[in-house]
Amino acid sequence: MRNLIIEPTSKTPKIILNADVNVFEISGRSIPEDSVGFYRKVIDWIDDYSKNPNPKTNFKFQLEYFNTSSSKCLLDVFRRLEKMYKSGHQIEITWCYDADDEDMKETGEDYKALLEVPFDLVSV
Amino acid sequence: MQVNNVIFVYQGEVTADLVSSVLQMMENKLDGDGEDKKVKKKVFNVMVECLQNVYHHLDALESSNVSGKINDKRALLMIGKEDTDYYVITGNYILNDRVNAVKEKLERVNKCDKEELKKLYQEILSNEEMSDKGTAGLGMIDIARKSGQKLGFDFHYVDENYSFFSLEAKVSRVQP
Repeated sequence: MRNLIIEPTSKTPKIILNADVNVFEISGRSIPEDSVGFYRKVIDWIDDYSKNPNPKTNFKFQLEYFNTSSSKCLLDVFRRLEKMYKSGHQIEITWCYDADDEDMKETGEDYKALLEVPFDLVSV
Repeated sequence: MQVNNVIFVYQGEVTADLVSSVLQMMENKLDGDGEDKKVKKKVFNVMVECLQNVYHHLDALESSNVSGKINDKRALLMIGKEDTDYYVITGNYILNDRVNAVKEKLERVNKCDKEELKKLYQEILSNEEMSDKGTAGLGMIDIARKSGQKLGFDFHYVDENYSFFSLEAKVSRVQP
């Protein structure tokens, strides 16, 4: 399948979804006005990937800022990963946050509480 | 409200480009002032939500068919800095029939303590559908969580169609 690589902008994150080298990362800031439009590509890619995923998938999130409309889209992404996990695939989510960013840590905890999928919080 | 040290004030239409410019300018300002990293992040987050809240609101107004005498697309944005807090203040016209819903939401948010806000955030995040404008209904809760203080708000009756809604969020310059 084709990889999805999107370069970051001042309002959108860097996206690396590369099944060939098994790297799945969303990083930077996610504060677009139209989050739904931006994340549609990501969601579509995951839907496609989920048909034939790698033996092990570790999805890494390292966000500096994100707005509340992105938070809903991120949950959509997580829900898809959760679904893959529940259907027997090896899926892990890693939520990286800046060591002194208490808010980003808390948001990670919010997601973890809502999901049934391995979800690691990692201070960087 | 009285803010003595105004960093930025704007009155006019709020576009996505304007929001970007204000954020960029304020980020440079916070960096230039050598503001504490934690404070900077909180102020930035609160600005994003407050500004985009106005942007989405004005966007939604476009689809309403009220032909008033006033230019309802004009909004007010103000950012100020005092000894103890940063202030983010926004003001925009709102249809009178929306006043009660917005007021109730803000009153509900202001009644919540930290833990209750967390619960409310999780509840809305997981249950409510996104509006077609891409807004998640989480903005005010997020602002209150990041601010850590009560939100200030006011509704001023303008005419039979509109009221003027102002919102004030504070971020303490001393973060634990």
